[in-house]
Amino acid sequence: MNHKTLVISLLISAVMLSISGTAMSDDDYERGGFLNRWFGDSKPGVAPVENPYYLEECGSCHFAYQPGLLPARSWSKLMAGLDDHFGENAELPAEDAKILEDYLVGNSADKSNHKRSKKIMKRMPSTDTPLRITETRYFIKKHDELSRNMVQGNPQVESISRCDSCHKQAAKGSFEEDEIEIPGFGRWEDD
Amino acid sequence: MNRKLILVTALILAMPLSLQAGAISDLQANYQAKGAGPFSAVAGEKLWSKSFTDAKSGKMRNCTTCHTADLTKLGKHVRTGKVIEPMAVSVNAKRFTEVKKIKKWFVRNCKWTFGRECTAQEKGDFLAFFSSL
Repeated sequence: MNHKTLVISLLISAVMLSISGTAMSDDDYERGGFLNRWFGDSKPGVAPVENPYYLEECGSCHFAYQPGLLPARSWSKLMAGLDDHFGENAELPAEDAKILEDYLVGNSADKSNHKRSKKIMKRMPSTDTPLRITETRYFIKKHDELSRNMVQGNPQVESISRCDSCHKQAAKGSFEEDEIEIPGFGRWEDD
Repeated sequence: MNRKLILVTALILAMPLSLQAGAISDLQANYQAKGAGPFSAVAGEKLWSKSFTDAKSGKMRNCTTCHTADLTKLGKHVRTGKVIEPMAVSVNAKRFTEVKKIKKWFVRNCKWTFGRECTAQEKGDFLAFFSSL
């Protein structure tokens, strides 16, 4: 083919590829179309927890929520009220609480370059200081197709706070749609 | 050679038990220094089954709600569903080996269940109860 045809076909290919990147589902956006992965600097999902002390302390009663799921101001507020931690007493000696707070605040959503952390922050008004990940706008939007019998009425799930009940790779910071398996319902099929 | 091997093995196997005995006896000595004691497993068991009313919610709280009445069995956190390893020293070698951990859970769970910190006497009785199982 001649020079002109080559340039035009290369241009068309580049346009098609970038369109296909943005036309993908919302979920794939968090993973990133391949152009984003090649040229973007955002990492997928949420940064996994690698702090063993945090895992031990904050994962002893519930899923060890990644710091990248809430902004620093939320974590600080939460750590200041451990004696009434959603109705439970989770008190710690001050020096231990400080270690955990430093970890949370240092790796919070507003400091992270992971895709979901960025999305969480983008949809959160700066005047909001949510204590519950499940009450963030991003979370609510993402879970708005669930029915009660899949979660609250499901004896194998019971609460929407139990991420790892359905998100099988949650502990790795991955919440991709194709990793979801709702106990008693099976894999998530998006219509 | 054989006897030495048996002796060494026995000593190694006894270690987790001695760690537990260590942490529990350290704490009990601490409580005694504050004027508490002697400690009774029976008193500990009584307190374990006692119900307390939470001032804020008006609901009854009891150790057995999460830990169950049979401490050789697994328990379950009533809100998060998290499995709780048995409290009984006889079935769970990891229980009560760290003073810091014991102290932490006494603060949290006494405050939550009883609405106040446990006294040195109560804590000593609880530890006597746990180590009797």
